[in-house]
Amino acid sequence: MTDLKLPTLDYAALAPILILFGASLLGVLVEAFLPRARRHPVQLVLSLLAVVAALVMVVLNADNRLVTAATAIAIDGPALFLQGAILVLAGISLLLIGERAVQRGGAFVAHAAVTVGSPEDARQAEKEGGLTEVYPLTLFAVSGMLLFVAANDLLTMFIALEAFSLPLYLLCALARRRRLLSQEAALKYFLLGSYASAFFLFGMALVYGFTVGAGDQGGGVDFLTIRDAVGNSSASSILLLAGLALLAIGLLFKIAAAPFHVWTPDVYQGAPTPITGFMAACTKVAAFGGLLRVLYVAFFGASWDFKPVLGVVAVLTMLVGAVLAVTQTDIKRLLAYSSVANAGYLLVGVLALSRDGLSSTMFYLVAYGFSVLAAFGVVTLVRDADGEATHLSRWAGLGRRSPLYAGLFTFVLLAFAGIPLTSGFTSKFAVFGAALDAGQSYLVIAGVLTSMILAFPYLRVVVMMWLSEPGESTPSVSLPGGLTAAALMIGVAATLVLGVVPTPLLDLANGAAEFVGR
Amino acid sequence: MEHTVEYAQATGLLGSVWLLVAVPAVSAAILLLLGRRADRWGHWLGVASVGVAFVLGLTYFFQLRDLENRSVERSLWEFIAVGNLHVDFGLLFDPLAAVFVLLITGVGFLIHVYAVGYMAHDPGRRRFFGFFNLFVAAMLLLVLGNNYVMLYVGWEGVGVASYLLISFWQNRPSAATAGKKAFLMNRVGDAGLAIAIFIMFATLGSTQYADVFNGAGALASGTVLAMGLLLLLGATGKSGQFPLQAWLPDAMEGPTPVSALIHAATMVTAGVYLIARSNPIFSLDPTLQTVVVSVGALTLLMGCIIGAAKDDIKRVLAWSTVSQIGYMFLGVGLGGGAYALAIIHLLAHGFFKANMFLGAGSVMHGMKDQVNIRRFGGLAKHMRITWITFGLGWLAIIGMWPFSGYFTKEPIIVAAFERDDWTAWLYGGAALLGAGLTAFYMTRLFVLTFHGPKRWTEDIDHPHESPPIMTIPLILLGLGSVVAGWLMATPVADWLTPVLGGHGEGEHHPVLSHTMITVLSLTLTVLGAGLAWLLFRNGTALEEQPAGPLVRAARRNLYTDAFNEAVFEKPGIFLTRALVFLDNRGVDGLVNALAAAVGGGSGRLRRLQTGFVRSYAMSMLTGAVLVVAAFLAVQAGWFA
Repeated sequence: MTDLKLPTLDYAALAPILILFGASLLGVLVEAFLPRARRHPVQLVLSLLAVVAALVMVVLNADNRLVTAATAIAIDGPALFLQGAILVLAGISLLLIGERAVQRGGAFVAHAAVTVGSPEDARQAEKEGGLTEVYPLTLFAVSGMLLFVAANDLLTMFIALEAFSLPLYLLCALARRRRLLSQEAALKYFLLGSYASAFFLFGMALVYGFTVGAGDQGGGVDFLTIRDAVGNSSASSILLLAGLALLAIGLLFKIAAAPFHVWTPDVYQGAPTPITGFMAACTKVAAFGGLLRVLYVAFFGASWDFKPVLGVVAVLTMLVGAVLAVTQTDIKRLLAYSSVANAGYLLVGVLALSRDGLSSTMFYLVAYGFSVLAAFGVVTLVRDADGEATHLSRWAGLGRRSPLYAGLFTFVLLAFAGIPLTSGFTSKFAVFGAALDAGQSYLVIAGVLTSMILAFPYLRVVVMMWLSEPGESTPSVSLPGGLTAAALMIGVAATLVLGVVPTPLLDLANGAAEFVGR
Repeated sequence: MEHTVEYAQATGLLGSVWLLVAVPAVSAAILLLLGRRADRWGHWLGVASVGVAFVLGLTYFFQLRDLENRSVERSLWEFIAVGNLHVDFGLLFDPLAAVFVLLITGVGFLIHVYAVGYMAHDPGRRRFFGFFNLFVAAMLLLVLGNNYVMLYVGWEGVGVASYLLISFWQNRPSAATAGKKAFLMNRVGDAGLAIAIFIMFATLGSTQYADVFNGAGALASGTVLAMGLLLLLGATGKSGQFPLQAWLPDAMEGPTPVSALIHAATMVTAGVYLIARSNPIFSLDPTLQTVVVSVGALTLLMGCIIGAAKDDIKRVLAWSTVSQIGYMFLGVGLGGGAYALAIIHLLAHGFFKANMFLGAGSVMHGMKDQVNIRRFGGLAKHMRITWITFGLGWLAIIGMWPFSGYFTKEPIIVAAFERDDWTAWLYGGAALLGAGLTAFYMTRLFVLTFHGPKRWTEDIDHPHESPPIMTIPLILLGLGSVVAGWLMATPVADWLTPVLGGHGEGEHHPVLSHTMITVLSLTLTVLGAGLAWLLFRNGTALEEQPAGPLVRAARRNLYTDAFNEAVFEKPGIFLTRALVFLDNRGVDGLVNALAAAVGGGSGRLRRLQTGFVRSYAMSMLTGAVLVVAAFLAVQAGWFA
């Protein structure tokens, strides 16, 4: 019996993941040992510190280009860039999650197990502070995401996928108000997510089978083995393509591409709004990071096979997102469909399959993350006695009531619509430019046309806010506490800055746009 | 052309030539941004900034005079850098720019001083000076730019300032309309200039004067012709020349200092500057020059004829401006030595026309803003200073020896007779006839205003002379009207030689002898003036009287406005209506149909979003099957 040889780990390179993982474990201990009243500030500070520390480690690692833990984890340009992006966006999300001034006790339920609608439920909704388990759960999710974008084989990737999905399923169920909607959303997300994971696993198995058939020295699921197998193989590629298709389905589910987007509106609507923002920003970054690595590193040799299919998926995604956004009446569902359409635009960048495609997609992810967090930040503020007023008719005349927040929201919507001087313009310009250079003009045409459709729902909200008279039912806007205000300001400022001077971040993304093992 | 254009780098004091533009621009910004807080002292800041610019201009002028190569340029920063297009924010100070700087700041300063008095009772005086400074800054940029884009920026800048100042009393519908008219007609010309600049960039890859002038010789003749005609279109728009002359008389709705500075002395001569500056282009193509000469000759006659039939003192002066600029176009069109003649006439005209406009303003000031010369008469006794200074301007414009017009207009007439073929008679004859007509209508204006019986409206009992702050600029400009021509004729021609080329002495001989032409023109002048004196010394009817067809036509601007209305406005309105109809029915219909389709599709698709996990899972499964099938189909080459 041979000794099991442990792989060497580069702890410095893995530090961001480990810090977050450790911090979430620490958070669990805090839950166990600190009195309830003290937990919230401690957890919030601990989480923010952990995120900042991880971010510092990412910055210190900035020049690393290595594969560690045998071949399981690749710390390279895209991994570091996306880890940084996830951490920054997660930090802002934590500000939204930690807000307790807008609504008494925060956005989260105090006792998730209490029966909905019972007197105890009413009491806890009015009086008690929210669950503080959300912080460790969030940190678990973030550490999973960091691992996901750095995973260099399919197994690690799958584990990371589950590591960030499971906390998210839970987090979705924890809304303080409209708890049934929230629990329903979580259950749907969980069922469909498991379903998608099954596709991913099955795809992995098929790909393994392919590599066994193709390679000389046995099979494997690490990306280099797959790459070599794809490159050299004369074996039947049916296994390969079926496997790749199923893997892609698992990932397309996470990025919410049509027709695997069906969970998005329900989950975005039901989840507590800070969590919706977190998912829209960070999950998108992580999922695209994984997709980029799978397509650019492992299956690049098969690009002629997957390009047309994924192109059709991208067009369909943009179209479905844009067209369905038109008739939405709930702001969170509208933003959900907008997020679907944006997944389509990101796919356009991914399918450029070039260095520009990689860097522009990464830039887009960051820019979109900031804007979408600002948007959901505003959504948390527009409320009435029953909580957030998400029905669009309630937003009529908001500009008259609170010009500042209506103005900020207008700005973010204009960014989503891709108006110049906002990051929405520069990022769309970048991905479309990359796609044009790569000869994918049909994707760009579809992108521009759907952008036109998509401008309508955004502008409809703007028109409602500014040109309608405020009615009796126009909700007031709560004054944000410092945390939401900070999150909102960072999001809007980034949207503006990335629209006016995008070059530094574009250069950074471009400098990072090289996978190890390509 | 073997002669290459080169400019030295500006060094020393001349390196700060940008101050000329910056000082009035900063002053304008202060006046317009501070708002009412600057009301009490704002006008003095406006005057001071132009005064400083004048002193700077003089300093730079003497610096330039002492240089070996009298052309320096200074590039401040890169203005536009897109692809191959690089445009610097660069300035060029050469003899041509220098004389314009002195004219703009010198005459501009006097008019600014005058305006302090003229606008004393206007609540918008600070705003007025803000716009006025803006104009000076833009005009200086126009003449100082070292490439066509800089010129264009200044060109549009003076256009904006002109629009703002014509419509300064924006509550008067006539002023608002006149502003719009000026703006729209200028757009036609500006489009020509812009396209000319595009052509330069497309064919030469640069808009720098040096590159354009050195490269133009190598261009195809058609390109040069197109470029020149488009430049000419721009020039006619800004300078109120045929066919874009109609806005200039209406522009007199603005305050009188505006008419004097912008619509007489400086801005409207920008077209002449443009052609003179572009002389290497215009000299390449005789056809082009003939077109310029024709425009000039036609316009100068038109201006005279219409001017003779008008009763509004400012409009008569405006048409006389149109006509005098016609002489300048004639000059720049003749080419060779006549370029310099046109510029000298432009400078002299700047003095005497500003003088007369300010005189007219002084008359209006004393006559409760009356402008109808039929209701003046006998003012000489009441306004001695205005009468004398206006009289000097009158003698200057009709070209009476020894006043300045004689020294500057006469050579242009002679030059017109210097052409080789029969056209010498045509253009020379037009210029001579114009001289006679000018004498007639200007004398009519002068006599009806200052002499003959009183024909004042009842509300005026004792017209008064204007305060010193208005009369002192009048006196200075009056002096200029006397001596400027004589002083400038030879030295300025020599001074401009490096830019415009020398006087081609001995190349051509006039078809008539020089003396003969002078005698003829002086005779015609005296005849015209005498005729007007005889007709109008006893005043005239208080109202317009029925008259023959020519006078009727002249009163209606020779039907040019009617022509514009029939040919451009009516079809324009019709086209607009048709487009609106097309937009409502066609474009909107299409858009609405598309929107309805999207909305309907959205509504249908929405029903698929049932909320049941089982149906979601089903749709994912369908999608999965399709994706896998598509992958395999692509592999099998079905779509390849």
